[in-house]
Amino acid sequence: MQDGFVGRSVPRREGHDKVTGATAYVDDLSLPGMWHGVTVRSPVARARLLGVELGEGVPWHEFAIVGPDDLPGPNVVKLIDTDQPLLAADEIRHCDEPVLLLAHPDRAMAERGRAAVRLRLEPLPAVTSLDDALRGDVVVWGRDNVFREYRTAKGDVDAALADPDVVVVEGVYETGAQEQMYIEPQGMIAQFDAERGVTVRGSLQCPYYVHAALVALFQLPPQQVRVIQTATGGGFGGKEEYPSVIAAHAAVLARKAGHPVKLIYDRVEDVRATTKRHPSRTHHRTAVRRDGTLVAMDIDFIIDGGAYLTLSPVVLSRGAIHSAGPYRCEHVRIRARAIATSHPPHGAFRGFGAPQSVFALERHLDVIAARLGLDPAALRRKNLLQPGEQTAVGQVVREPIALDRVLDRALALSHWHERRAAHEAFNRSTDGPLRRGIGVATFMHGAGFTGAGEVHLASVAQVQAERDGTLTVLAASTEIGQGTNTVFAQIVADAAGLPLSRVRVGQPDTAVVPDSGPTVASRTTMVVGTLLRRATASLRQTLRDAGLLPAGTGPVDPEVFTQAVARYLADHEQLRGEARYEPPPGIAWDEKAFRGDAYASYAWAAYVADVTVDLRTAEVRVDDFVAVQEVGRVVNPVLAAGQIEGGVAQAIGWALFEQVVYRDGRVANPQMTNYIIPTAVDTPPIRVEFMPPFLGDDAPSKGIGELPMDGPAPAILAAVQHATGAVPTAIPMLPEQLAQVLQEAQS
Amino acid sequence: MIDIELVVNGRSQRVHAHPLARLLDVLREQLGLCGTKEGCGEGECGACSVLIDDVLVNACLVPVGQCEGSRVDTIEGIGADPRVAALQRAFVDVGGAQCGICTPGMIVAASALVRTRPRATPAEIRTALAGNLCRCTGYVRIVDAVAQACGAGESEGGA
Ligand code: FES
Ligand code: FES
Repeated sequence: MQDGFVGRSVPRREGHDKVTGATAYVDDLSLPGMWHGVTVRSPVARARLLGVELGEGVPWHEFAIVGPDDLPGPNVVKLIDTDQPLLAADEIRHCDEPVLLLAHPDRAMAERGRAAVRLRLEPLPAVTSLDDALRGDVVVWGRDNVFREYRTAKGDVDAALADPDVVVVEGVYETGAQEQMYIEPQGMIAQFDAERGVTVRGSLQCPYYVHAALVALFQLPPQQVRVIQTATGGGFGGKEEYPSVIAAHAAVLARKAGHPVKLIYDRVEDVRATTKRHPSRTHHRTAVRRDGTLVAMDIDFIIDGGAYLTLSPVVLSRGAIHSAGPYRCEHVRIRARAIATSHPPHGAFRGFGAPQSVFALERHLDVIAARLGLDPAALRRKNLLQPGEQTAVGQVVREPIALDRVLDRALALSHWHERRAAHEAFNRSTDGPLRRGIGVATFMHGAGFTGAGEVHLASVAQVQAERDGTLTVLAASTEIGQGTNTVFAQIVADAAGLPLSRVRVGQPDTAVVPDSGPTVASRTTMVVGTLLRRATASLRQTLRDAGLLPAGTGPVDPEVFTQAVARYLADHEQLRGEARYEPPPGIAWDEKAFRGDAYASYAWAAYVADVTVDLRTAEVRVDDFVAVQEVGRVVNPVLAAGQIEGGVAQAIGWALFEQVVYRDGRVANPQMTNYIIPTAVDTPPIRVEFMPPFLGDDAPSKGIGELPMDGPAPAILAAVQHATGAVPTAIPMLPEQLAQVLQEAQS
Repeated sequence: MIDIELVVNGRSQRVHAHPLARLLDVLREQLGLCGTKEGCGEGECGACSVLIDDVLVNACLVPVGQCEGSRVDTIEGIGADPRVAALQRAFVDVGGAQCGICTPGMIVAASALVRTRPRATPAEIRTALAGNLCRCTGYVRIVDAVAQACGAGESEGGA
């Protein structure tokens, strides 16, 4: 494998087009006769919808207008449940919920139309906080505002907490909503034709999610619905489930208008209407021995799902599974709930529930370390999972993990002990306003779908040989910046034994590619990459069986390969290799008991943040950041490091800059001017290191996309605690919040 | 509506537009130059960065009426300068572009630096790019790419 492409930083495939401005994103495309769509939305969080009035002074006859009664099929956003309508019909359940769709040939006129629509509303009481939802005075979902609850337990938590020899430490930790803030807002272009059906192209992560939504809405045979991904300017989960809504809206407008319709959200609309990271609250009660040994954990994890169920159960499940971290603990009880409120639905965002619960646990461990007078790194090391031990949900980790080595490496790279001592000396001696601190987090992240998810998906990927001897990758996995095109080409080139230039990766188009599952959950390289390797091997096998290629798995002379393909295609219509997902042997997840093998594999990491706090302004500056992880085999080191760096920067934003302000259930700061993401001057150098794989150089690759979202926030707050002695327990920790924490610590 | 003459990427152009139309829309819709992107429409993200008479501006904030007689350089044209072409190559090699939506603006913003400040330090590069948001990269490789193109050869670390 030494001479292969896997493991090398080959340049990004579509890099040249991206740096020259040639790449076309959805808003750069235009179809002949195309109209422009807009969405009329609710200005209030909850109301009965009594009527819709089209105001004066607008040539309404020139418009295509679509309400709930004009849909070709069920008024439902097809996800886990069917509670969410595509257009609110009787009751408005959250601010900015879509109510009416308009399209017009002229974009400015479409906007004028939107402004002229009046909704007649009878206000209903809304639920705009977790506390209100839990109190249940106003019920907005089911009987008790609880979308989903999971419970799992092992050992005897109550007895362990009552043991007189343990110290019991309690704490409550909160995280806020976070906007994905991809720089390309969401958008779609749809075409409808009575004979050919529906075609949509746009900015999206999961072509087959959109496909399923359109098949259900239009009640058409699957082959009459076509979904094409255009170059996508960032996703981070934000373009996982929501694009189905925009695609459906654009498509029903196109059907009504008899013209292609482009529906592009502007920034304010995108921030207000589309999904964000679930806010969370976690209550920890932990029994620990004086030497730092964890004895029992009692965890209550709550997330705010917003007004509809959407993907909240799955986010909840991942959060719950990660809530006890990579630590050994005999007695663990987890209660996890996704709660309904009148907020716009919260949804997928890089990490999918894990960053929230990891934040709480890691923060809690620092509180425990301070209580016991232990070094936070030493407390963690003492409790790290070892091979053969069980996670909180009873999964025995089979691989030879050595998280202590990962931690050691992070401590060494960050000069943990020296800097800790130096910062403490500085803080003791200074008269000035600056304080310094260093903090650490250790964590794991399960890659791929949770539990039996991958089995249910049954993903398929194919590789096709063309007459010119090139190979075309046929997979629904999307390139959204993370490097899918490049990584797939590397994997297929190696499996084929061909040069990289002989492999093509096309734009996912459901008319051409099979369903390889969604581009989420850090599964693309790990799951779909493996399928492509197998598909390529099977294609090679076909040529060998036909006596056209010599045996072996090494490099092939491209000319020999081209001739073999040409000869094969002389007798056959096409030459394809295909592979379907097969679960690794011995993996079992019990959804009812919420126990078992939650993920086929985990990535392991230790992150260290070094910060300066200015006591005058309560501003936190991250001066240095070290991110060390074990992720199996790294396919492309530059792209992989880029994933880690980008994730760390997003998590710095989540911790220190990014606050979604909900006022009466509506996002009050939906612009880049008032929702602040980190700039180049707000982010530190990020030092990324990948450990040699625990399973050796030929180890399989693990998912990495979400991992870097988990560790930075708790490491940064730990550093703030180290710097100031105050104990921040919630993020975002903007200067105004930190000022309050510092003040409380003083009094 | 008025007629406006401007020199876009070295070519004289006459456009017919409302004087308050955004330069961004004129470039994208009338001149077909879609490499200049819209991320916010309010001067925050820098995705719409272009050069007007060598000055870096956000095209979403510039009324086209103000551009009469000006030179406008966009991502489609600036690569003609070999120093900018080297910057573009560095972005690909070092990993400065991920989803790519911020990249044209980033490169336009960095092109001024590359041309005028050889050996810019990482801190200077970060300050120069503070008006351009990227949500994918964490900026590490963008800074490295610009440093490489500036001939500084200095990196801040990373793998
Ligand atoms: S679109 Fe012009 S600055 Fe964002
Ligand atoms: S590369 Fe995606 S926003 Fe910068």
